[in-house]
Amino acid sequence: MSYYFAIVGTQDNLLFEHEFGTSKQGGDGQPRFSEQARHMNQFIVHSSLDIVEEVQWGGGQMYLKCVDKFFNNYVSCFVTGGNVKFLLLHQPTTPVPTASTRSSTSIGANPTSPQTEEAIKNFMLEVYENWVKTIMSPFYRVNMEVSSPVFRQRVAAAGRKYL
Amino acid sequence: MSANKAARVGEEIWKGRIDKVNAELVTLTYGTIVAQLCKDFEADYVEVNKQLDRMGYNIGLRLIEDYLAKSNTMRRCSNFRETADMIAKVGFKIFLNITPTVTNWTSDSKQFSLVFEENPLADFVELPDDGRAQDELWYSNIFCGVLRGALEMVQMQVEAHFISDVLRGNDTTEMRVSLIRYIDDELPPEDD
Repeated sequence: MSYYFAIVGTQDNLLFEHEFGTSKQGGDGQPRFSEQARHMNQFIVHSSLDIVEEVQWGGGQMYLKCVDKFFNNYVSCFVTGGNVKFLLLHQPTTPVPTASTRSSTSIGANPTSPQTEEAIKNFMLEVYENWVKTIMSPFYRVNMEVSSPVFRQRVAAAGRKYL
Repeated sequence: MSANKAARVGEEIWKGRIDKVNAELVTLTYGTIVAQLCKDFEADYVEVNKQLDRMGYNIGLRLIEDYLAKSNTMRRCSNFRETADMIAKVGFKIFLNITPTVTNWTSDSKQFSLVFEENPLADFVELPDDGRAQDELWYSNIFCGVLRGALEMVQMQVEAHFISDVLRGNDTTEMRVSLIRYIDDELPPEDD
């Protein structure tokens, strides 16, 4: 499984992006996007913003689970109180058969299973916690790109821990 | 007053007679001041340090009165070592609820370090990554001014500066304080 994580600000501006791979089941944490797909990731993630905006006021939840699917790419979303969106694109290494009878429980193989949802939720919550700390820095202004290396490390750590 | 006693006194005053405010209010207010200074002086961090020190100095000149009133120790410290303990264990305790460690004395007992294990001013802070702030800005420099101002009012001329800061990636936050001289009471100009 490869992951592309993006944080989108209140004016649909990109604040932060990070690519990583799965660390579960012996994964080495490296993303395996093809060179072409990497350019597409940003588009896919941003195109899911429309759906996010449709569903974000529905349930009163911050974690919106998997909101969008584009071929073999799945986009999960978490909306913060300040309307900043955390978007996680996850791409299973092998395409998931659409008519799968056997539902695998491994996070890598089945992007819409409850286990995966839970793992992503934990990841999002940890990132959210660190996000709040980062934007509390007096040198940060709203909708400014987050360049903090500490924050990046923590996102990577959260990815290793849960995904 | 011994170091232990000073710690007890500080604890007691902190528990009993001090009005508390939310720590984040302090952190964010101070952070805004520093960030605004950096903006106003166009990231001339040397100047920002100077301004923070000056602001602290003006606070210290007046804060000493408050300190003496709250701590109720209307008695001179017998030596500079005692002064250091009172600063760390009573002063910092009652105003910020922290107790920096007094250490690294020089043999003539005129210079010591305050090592801050925690620093409420610096919570959440990450210095700007413009390549210079990490080397030039002393984020908590206001403390130096406060000590300088406060001690000046009780007849001690000191020099204080930070020598390391965790915000810069150092292992500790350490301030060096040196006693320059005891200021003699100046006689009023004589009338002829």
